[in-house]
Amino acid sequence: MKHEITLKINGETVTKEVDSRLLLVHFIREHLNLTGTHIGCDTSNCGACTILLDGKSIKSCTYLAVRAEGSEITTIEGIAEDGTNHPIQKAFHDQHALHCGFCTPGMIMRCIDFLEQNPNPTEEEIRWGISGNLCRCTGYNNIVKAVQQAADEMQNQSV
Amino acid sequence: MIPSNFSYHKAKSLQDAFALSASLGEEAKYMSGGHSLLPMMKLRFATPEHIIDISKIEGLSYIKEEDGLLKIGALTTQTEMERSKLLIDNYPIFKDASKLIADPAVRNCGTIGGNIAHGDAANDQPSLMLALRATLVVEGPNGKRTISIDDFFHGFYMTALEPQEIITEIQIPQHKKGSGSAYHKIERKVGDYATSGCAVYLEIDSNKVCTQIGIGLTNVSTIPLRLSRAEELLKGNVITEDLMKEAGKIASEDCEPSSDLRGTEAYKRSVTNTITQQMINKALSRAQN
Amino acid sequence: MFNCKTSPEVGGMGHSVKRKEDARFLHGKGNYVDDVKLPGMLSMVMVRSPYAYAKIKNINKDKALAIEGVLAVITGEDLAQFNLHWMPTLLSDQQMVLPTDTVMHQSQEVCAVIATDRYIARDGAEAVEIDYEPMQAIVDPFKALDSDAPLLRPDKEGQKDNQIYHWERGDRAKTDEVIANADVVVKERIFLPRIHVASIETCGCVASYDKDTEKLTVYLTTQAPHAIRTVVALVAGHVGLSEEKIRIIAPDIGGGFGGKVPVYPSYVVAIAATFLIGKPVKWIEDRSENLVNGFARDYHMDCELAATKDGKIQAFKVKTLADHGYTDSSANPSKYPTGMFSICTGSYDYEHAFAELDAVYTNKAPGGVAYRCSFRVTEAVHAIERMVDKLALKIGKDPAQLRMENFIKKEQFPYASPLGWSYDSGDYHATLKKAMEMIGYDDYKKLQAEKRKEGKLMGIGLCTFTEVVGAGPSKDFDILGIAMFDSAEIRVHPTGKALARFGTKSQGQGHETTYAQILAEELGIPYTNIEIEEGDTDTAPYGLGTYASRSTPTAGAAAAMAARKLRDKGKKIAAYLLEVSEEDIEWEVGKYFVKGAPEKSKTIQDVAFAAYTNIPPGMEPGFEATHYYDPPNLTFPNGAYICVVEVEEATGAIDVKRFVAIDDCGNIINPMIVEGQVHGGLTQGIAPAMYEGIEYDDEGNVLNGTFMDYLVPTSVESPHWETGHTITPSPHHPLGAKGVAESPTVGAPPAIANAIIDALSPLGIEHLDIPITPAKVWEAIQAHKK
Repeated sequence: MKHEITLKINGETVTKEVDSRLLLVHFIREHLNLTGTHIGCDTSNCGACTILLDGKSIKSCTYLAVRAEGSEITTIEGIAEDGTNHPIQKAFHDQHALHCGFCTPGMIMRCIDFLEQNPNPTEEEIRWGISGNLCRCTGYNNIVKAVQQAADEMQNQSV
Repeated sequence: MIPSNFSYHKAKSLQDAFALSASLGEEAKYMSGGHSLLPMMKLRFATPEHIIDISKIEGLSYIKEEDGLLKIGALTTQTEMERSKLLIDNYPIFKDASKLIADPAVRNCGTIGGNIAHGDAANDQPSLMLALRATLVVEGPNGKRTISIDDFFHGFYMTALEPQEIITEIQIPQHKKGSGSAYHKIERKVGDYATSGCAVYLEIDSNKVCTQIGIGLTNVSTIPLRLSRAEELLKGNVITEDLMKEAGKIASEDCEPSSDLRGTEAYKRSVTNTITQQMINKALSRAQN
Repeated sequence: MFNCKTSPEVGGMGHSVKRKEDARFLHGKGNYVDDVKLPGMLSMVMVRSPYAYAKIKNINKDKALAIEGVLAVITGEDLAQFNLHWMPTLLSDQQMVLPTDTVMHQSQEVCAVIATDRYIARDGAEAVEIDYEPMQAIVDPFKALDSDAPLLRPDKEGQKDNQIYHWERGDRAKTDEVIANADVVVKERIFLPRIHVASIETCGCVASYDKDTEKLTVYLTTQAPHAIRTVVALVAGHVGLSEEKIRIIAPDIGGGFGGKVPVYPSYVVAIAATFLIGKPVKWIEDRSENLVNGFARDYHMDCELAATKDGKIQAFKVKTLADHGYTDSSANPSKYPTGMFSICTGSYDYEHAFAELDAVYTNKAPGGVAYRCSFRVTEAVHAIERMVDKLALKIGKDPAQLRMENFIKKEQFPYASPLGWSYDSGDYHATLKKAMEMIGYDDYKKLQAEKRKEGKLMGIGLCTFTEVVGAGPSKDFDILGIAMFDSAEIRVHPTGKALARFGTKSQGQGHETTYAQILAEELGIPYTNIEIEEGDTDTAPYGLGTYASRSTPTAGAAAAMAARKLRDKGKKIAAYLLEVSEEDIEWEVGKYFVKGAPEKSKTIQDVAFAAYTNIPPGMEPGFEATHYYDPPNLTFPNGAYICVVEVEEATGAIDVKRFVAIDDCGNIINPMIVEGQVHGGLTQGIAPAMYEGIEYDDEGNVLNGTFMDYLVPTSVESPHWETGHTITPSPHHPLGAKGVAESPTVGAPPAIANAIIDALSPLGIEHLDIPITPAKVWEAIQAHKK
């Protein structure tokens, strides 16, 4: 069954026709050509597909595109203007929190939601906060440091 | 990764949902958070021909105390429950459980109603509902009714819900002074289903006598299990260490775990014993504070 | 610690410069294989066998072909017409591309559906009807050699049973004699089960054949693009695919770890499909396909370690049964079917050792060398380090003390190991001492004694390992005959900036930064002015790729050598520009100056410009150099890891309290990147130690083929790693560097296993195989109570 959906993606309104069973991650990657959001598993475990939907981090592989009608979606491509960095992107770079980069967009999107809910987290809270995002390369130590740096910077910014 | 073909229908209201369900028949399934059903569809373990999305129905997401009851709307997400000050302050069992349900992004979508309605003893909320002696408010084309949690689970993925019916609210007796609750599950890693989980709610009076107790177990039986024999043992008594040990022993005897990748039956019985004792102890210290 | 010769702006060795490649990954602009979209691109989905061992009676394509959008269903019989249904493996065995009559492992590719999009292709795959006749699978490798076991490989000429090969090294008679006469002998059977690399990006390709130009381009998740190109030319040459018209592009790769070295059957099917149809064909595997596409480990090792009563090691013997699955496709150098396993004698000074191995066929997926094993060093080190701990327990000596007393001494390098390696350098005593100081070893020993009095289970585990990487010298090391050198090609532009290309391929190791740093070190050109490229076989110089920690030892060395060629040329140009003779020119990073008159100088940038504009008479213009480096030896990183755990007796729960890793990888290019590699490898070390293992039932069904049950550690399971290093440079490497990224996967599992077993030793438990889970601990405790 086909549906016409209208939604906002990185601030821009789009209208597209989608099949009932089209997964949101495929809609983003194939129909909108935003390939920064990745697919790493088929059982909703890895988090590589994490995006923000109405401000909340969700796993876009476990969400139907048609269900996203009327919502506001932010992907990795939409968190900073071209040539600039969100504090979390800067922190990941400063702290060497990425190697192959494949889990990175999903990890960053999850971190944005996490810091929004918990602006001053402990290391343990960070580790639990990103526990739905798998990384095979970094061993997580530096991702934790990056989140700590971003938390500091974002707290200072808002002061 | 790719579900088989189906048609999606968005329900704008409860009545709309009932009508859609009635007209589309047996091959139509409700979807709220979608994080139990859609993963099964992606692996093609489930192939419904129609999905009725009830997640957008207004007015079913709330957490409040009213008429001596804690009332939670069925579409309230796990994250909303995790962050609710009311629950954190007065019903700590929910915070215990939230941390252990799947992972944070999944909790942004998963609903409490869905977690219960799925009819899976591996889910966490059912054992909390047993411990808290919840009542489910259920609505259908024939109107509203309530179902006691003890009458709700019939079998693997089978519940007391009639065709078209939807859980709309979870009602729990409002907490009192002198009450305590706790939940923990043993898991192989974060995000896993329980190797064994135990939910405890209890009330003690000024003499430390236990006046009310509910104990529910996760994933060690075909349907979510109330540990009735242990409840009978502890109710009306001061809960001593010996009684806790005995309750743990009952837990290991009365649960019916299967040997699987999480461990042998013997192992599961043993850890069920351990965490039952631990949760009774934790609920007790919370009740005493 | 790092005596940097260059300034931070130049960014040579020892500087923790931030990575140059980060921007595109941070912004979601990476270019991975599944991001590749070509006009007219089709989608391919594989139909896979549900059975571990079965005859194929019939494949019915009709229902699949009837689905709108399904264009083709390719079977083994279709490929057989082009003799493409079998292909050689990297170890000269044979592997099915698609079967014509028998499937050999669960999830084996049976046929491929090509459709206009992946949703339709998946529907097509569901619609193919296949009749199988299941047979009793061989799952237990010990049963593979039973006299009544079915012959799994009748296709192999002269194959009479299920043994692939027998291998041995060392002096059996002498070793047996020493063991027989020794004061103390400890024995154990140690099993390392199958695991899977599970990089977050699965495997895939976009294969595109242009019928007009007859050129095949394949975007491929590969760690070794040139080797793949040559293999494709050899396998498919007879149908008209000629090597100069094959282009393999490894774009951004989302993690390799050895899982992206093999030529998977689906790649060949996709290439066949595009060749026949003339349109690009994309194949990307799902995770549940990925987890059964190969494996690492699967060694059953019967070990014996002999010592004097004081614990002086005298001999080591190991007999291994290696389960290879249905064909030997392990990615080892051809003369080393067991990889570097013979490093199993470890970091200790003794004379006698004997190692033998029997490799067998079973009805499981093929593979064997992956998951940062460094060509079987993970297996070798696990064996010796478990046995050393067993010895310590038997004679009642502290495991650190025992190791210190047996270590090869600093003065003994280069050291000839009992099984024939020449270890290049190391100071094992210093490395272990540093680890012990960093963790506070003596304090933990005291704490452990106190806790044991209280009946608590606390364990301290060590692993001191010698690694061997950098394959390798061409006389000994080849893959399918291609020597394992590697390459660097540097082009310095007139304006003094540079572009360099390599025969390796990073999958996250940071080559775009580290290679630039090597060149910055050698040439004095700031690393920010040096662009690094890898992965496109049309442009990159020939190399054998990145795996087994070989990039720094081989291509890194090539970079240094090529840079030195440029420096030498530059010296001549500088002499010409400064009007002195070459002997009067000296070099200081980035600058040539006249001996005794340093104010008379030319920068490397001046010299580069001159190479294009003011060339000395008789000299070839331009400022470019290439080097193919044939390493004289392997390099031998080492490390000392210490782990502290507490175990809860009632539930078996294991809490890793501390983990200290001291690595010695020689001279360090970028300390931040090295530390990051160690962190990552440690998490991929605790994974097999406590969480991961592919499980089979008696029918050969994989029981945990998704991330629900194949337990990749999250940030919660992964401890807060503490790292440090010692530095003993490699004497033969131009930069004194050794390679590092597999040391942690080698060193962590034995350290963690040793710690947990140490915790349980008061209960009488002396050995447990990894993964050591709480359930396994609990069962062991119960068994020992009886």
